[in-house]
Amino acid sequence: MSTAALEKQGFGATLWDYLTTVDHKKIGILYLLGGGFFFLLGGLEAMLIRLQLMLPDNELIGAQFYNEVMTMHGTTMIFLAAMPLIFAFMNAIVPLQIGARDVAFPFVNALGFWLFLFGGLLLNLSWFMGGAPDGGWTAYAPFSIWSPTHGFDFYAIGLQITGFGTLMGGINFIVTIVNMRAPGMTYMRMPLFTWTALIASVLILFAFPALTVGLFLMTFDRLFGANFFVPEMGGNEIIWEHLFWIFGHPEVYILVLPAFGIFSEVITTFSKKRLFGYSAMVFATVLIAFFGFMVWAHHMFTVGMGPIANSIFAIATMAIAVPTGIKIFNWLFTMWGGNIRLTTPMLWAAGFIPTFTIGGMTGVMVAVAAADLQYHDTYFVVAHFHYVIVGGVVFGLIAATHYWWPTMFGKILNEKLGKWTFWLFFIGFHLTFFIQHFLGLMGMPRRYWKFLPGQELEVGNFISTIGALLMAVGTIILLYNIVKTTVSGEKCDSDPWDGRTLEWSLPNPTPHYNFKQLPLVRGLDPLWIEKTQGNGKMIPAEPVNDIHMPNNSFLPFMMSLGLFIAGLGFIFRTDSTMGYIGIVAGLVIFFGSMIIRSVKDDLGYHIHKEDLEEEGAGAE
Amino acid sequence: MKGWMGRFRALFLLGGLALVLSGCGNPYLSALQPKGEGADMIMDLMILSIVIMLFVFLVVMAIYVFVLVKFRQKKGQEDYIPKQVEGNRVLETIWTVIPIILLLILAVPTVQYTFALSDTTPETQEGEEAENAEEALWIDVTGKQFWWNFDYRDKNVQTSQDLYIPTDRRVYIKLSSGDVIHSFWVPTISGKMDVNPGKNENEMFIQADEEGVYWGQCAEFCGPSHSLMDFRIVAVSPGEFDQWLSDMQNVDPEAEPESEPAREGKKLFSENSCLGCHAVGSSPAMMGPNVTNFGDRSKVAGILDYNKDNIVSWILNPEKHKPGNQMTGNYTVPSKEDAEKIADYLMSLSPSEIGPDDAKDDDYIKPQKDEESDNKNEENNEAEDSDENTNEEQSEEE
Amino acid sequence: MSTHEDVLSSENLPHEPERATLEGKNKFMGFWFFLGGETVLFASLFGTYLALKNSFGEAEGTPSQDLFGLPLVFIMTMILLTSSLTSVYAIYHMKNHAFKKMMVWFGITVLLGAAFLGLEVYEFNHYVHDYGHTFTAHAFGSAFYALVGFHGAHVAFGLGWFIVLMIRNARRGLNLYNAPKFYLASLYWHFIDVVWVFIFTVVYLMGKVG
Repeated sequence: MSTAALEKQGFGATLWDYLTTVDHKKIGILYLLGGGFFFLLGGLEAMLIRLQLMLPDNELIGAQFYNEVMTMHGTTMIFLAAMPLIFAFMNAIVPLQIGARDVAFPFVNALGFWLFLFGGLLLNLSWFMGGAPDGGWTAYAPFSIWSPTHGFDFYAIGLQITGFGTLMGGINFIVTIVNMRAPGMTYMRMPLFTWTALIASVLILFAFPALTVGLFLMTFDRLFGANFFVPEMGGNEIIWEHLFWIFGHPEVYILVLPAFGIFSEVITTFSKKRLFGYSAMVFATVLIAFFGFMVWAHHMFTVGMGPIANSIFAIATMAIAVPTGIKIFNWLFTMWGGNIRLTTPMLWAAGFIPTFTIGGMTGVMVAVAAADLQYHDTYFVVAHFHYVIVGGVVFGLIAATHYWWPTMFGKILNEKLGKWTFWLFFIGFHLTFFIQHFLGLMGMPRRYWKFLPGQELEVGNFISTIGALLMAVGTIILLYNIVKTTVSGEKCDSDPWDGRTLEWSLPNPTPHYNFKQLPLVRGLDPLWIEKTQGNGKMIPAEPVNDIHMPNNSFLPFMMSLGLFIAGLGFIFRTDSTMGYIGIVAGLVIFFGSMIIRSVKDDLGYHIHKEDLEEEGAGAE
Repeated sequence: MKGWMGRFRALFLLGGLALVLSGCGNPYLSALQPKGEGADMIMDLMILSIVIMLFVFLVVMAIYVFVLVKFRQKKGQEDYIPKQVEGNRVLETIWTVIPIILLLILAVPTVQYTFALSDTTPETQEGEEAENAEEALWIDVTGKQFWWNFDYRDKNVQTSQDLYIPTDRRVYIKLSSGDVIHSFWVPTISGKMDVNPGKNENEMFIQADEEGVYWGQCAEFCGPSHSLMDFRIVAVSPGEFDQWLSDMQNVDPEAEPESEPAREGKKLFSENSCLGCHAVGSSPAMMGPNVTNFGDRSKVAGILDYNKDNIVSWILNPEKHKPGNQMTGNYTVPSKEDAEKIADYLMSLSPSEIGPDDAKDDDYIKPQKDEESDNKNEENNEAEDSDENTNEEQSEEE
Repeated sequence: MSTHEDVLSSENLPHEPERATLEGKNKFMGFWFFLGGETVLFASLFGTYLALKNSFGEAEGTPSQDLFGLPLVFIMTMILLTSSLTSVYAIYHMKNHAFKKMMVWFGITVLLGAAFLGLEVYEFNHYVHDYGHTFTAHAFGSAFYALVGFHGAHVAFGLGWFIVLMIRNARRGLNLYNAPKFYLASLYWHFIDVVWVFIFTVVYLMGKVG
């Protein structure tokens, strides 16, 4: 099936193709759509929060609804927007960057996406089925155990399903990067985005199981009468906090490391220079990941762990600033002496550096355990983590959207609109969050439904809301840009940015087998090397041969649907007999699909040499 | 704890940063205007870390601006290929080592202050006689949705919402929760500490430098009215505190109020079994806030201005003021007239001369201990004595 | 380069058929990483168990010293360890391309696993009915059944996996397509065994000591 044929398909056939696809490029697009949808949803929730906090003693939305909105904003943004969007670019780009024809486990890859989507939908169904979770995205027990609505049941089971998907995605990318690099692509020749994707995947592998256990225990407590977090019955609510943050802190690096990778790609390309201190950058990435596992308790300085534990975790946390600083300076010196083009992706990278530096600085400040007793759970911390997550991750994702749009969709997003998006979002962001540092220190705790008159918090909150509105306008322009480009944009050159890495060596559109012949990699920035030392094209490492490709499958969709139905069943088990029917039906679908997968041979198919040669001849 | 850090801060004050910061916010709410030992120490750390971080930020920004201005593509240079630099050992070493040194500078006081702030063994004040550990004032603080109870340990005194402390010493508190996790935070006095249910009880000390009514808040999400779980620390001079404590110890829960409506209110209060939850006196019925000194509350329910209308409004519809509170639906809503009588009764509950107003004036009354040494023979009259003192000084003020 | 037919052929197998194809190599490595994640999962459960061991709150409960009986657990341990050994034999025969012998040894592994599971069910039943040590009684009960039960569920899943694999491939012999599958199943089985050794030590032996 060639790509030309695909374009002529009807809607039904296209839909079926995407429902059953195991092609990493299409799964990347699915992740982008899914993550983008939840990003808009989370943004809408953010706007409600800011509107409620625009004025003192505001009654725009009620306390209960505010708490649901606030909880879902955090949960959605982390699990359903940032994570999938990172996966979108990992899927779309990493196999191309390492010169692979696919990922290691195409079936599992598809399963990961559908689990994410169904988990996210399940979680958001709570809005229509009695109320969303209402205790903050950290879901501290025992509040989350005693919360009377089904909200936290949806939270526990929805995130569990999503989490399975993420875990599978993580394993898939580790194996892909370790096993499937093109000839000559040694570890120290891998692009930084691939490196960060690898390290982030390792973090996923070792961090998510802690969340899995935490969510299981919460499910047991809420739905099956267990007592893990119930103090009267011997339970201990602090266990949840540990499990959550053993997952939760590495999660920050799972998100931000790939964003670092994205910026490394963007900055090198638009400075026309190789990355300054490449090996130091790799080393810093590994070091950040390593430290990332030893600092979880810095989220718990006020819990009462004692001064010894607090001091140890404080110092471990400060240590992370060193490799992060190394990265910042390396980016600056990559730009130093370069030929800098301020395109939209580069603008985002340029906006990222000061923003993230501020986030890092406040990071060191909150690491000072004694001082954190003032910062903790205030708007200072809210400001800090938005500087890191928005200034790092979201800026990175938007940069990646503009940078890799040609790779994924064959068109360039409108540069003029892109710059409008940047400036509105960038200014809006700093208006929203810089002032929040001060609001926190002036005595405004986080997760406050309202602040009272006379606390002198009026001005800061009002400015913050204005900033949020600007960010919303910026996002709407980005959306308009995407729609406009998709509808009326022109097909672009296959290498519009004068790229340096393998994904820019592929024709536009990328064939579904990616590389007709696997490329021979002769160093870091392989395409750049060929541009300066060769004829600008990759040298093939093999003759044209039959290519083995995996079969499409509908089973990932079915398995995820099964878990979705079973999850609903578990949530409403005690409410009606429909619950039990749901459990049984869901599990039958799930395990049934699994057995079919195990029993039915799936050997894939071959694209024959002759067809490839014909196609190649047609293209050239 | 005012060693080199204190001097450093004084030095920096000249630079103006602390001055700018201390202009921020409400003086009885903002952590940037410390008025207690804990908040003071943290302010030192904050300023030290801000200075170090500003230094780093300025270096980064200087390079950043230079790079963006100098190396931006110029017209006609579209095809210029810069030199492909691999790296630079010396530079990379510099920006690894210098941050490590800066962090070490920050790490030392961090550890020192972390230990100092968590130290809850009653200790001696400088220049004074060793204080016996048994004499230390311990208060058991209980957080509940959405109010606070304060039990003066071994003193047989309970209050809710307003926590009275003397200004001359550290007061030690033990924090526990009756339901979900809360967090005890009085920004101007000290950092926060979580209030956990079950076995995970925490201890900390609080100390106020000067008299005042300090704003306290719940800082760990605890439910719909999390943002409304405010309380106050009423810091009064030691003599005033001693008097308040003895007044509270000698309170007669059965005392008949003076005015007629208040008397009827008292009857209604017990007939409607309000007493089942709201204790008058030191009995530990902790279902709802203790109302022993309700007449002296600084706020109604921690958030509303203290006046009769607000009390009546609360009694008639607490859900309007604090959504999700435990009172709604668990009592018979009285008629408006009855509610007014109950409000009259509650406002009459003022067993002590000492109230929030005493924290706002500037008179300093010495602790009873010191008075004792002056008139050891008149021990029995000491309460009256200090009563008179207070009255005299207050009238002078007025 | 291999084609469909090569992968399903039982002829000319290499010495390590489980890692002869790229798919096989990927599965081999991916599964090791998966077990790494599983290790964190069980570590979290162990941590939770240790924090809640003998923690009853206001509820009544039997402390671990009086609850556990070592003889039964010792027999269970021996059975599971033996089953791990038999699966090693099975893989040994797989590497020698002796499909029938491999099936026999996997069959014995399954039987031993089922015996272990049966004894575990008996053990739980005993705790519930003789000591009132249930999942919902107190935090200790919750933590105990969560940890040991998660392991039990893994055993049950492993048994199902073996059985499906053996039935599916009974007629067609070993090939490059199913060799990795058998290999992974046995790897999983070893992992379950290792986890049990920790459970035996941390839960039962240390529980008996106090």
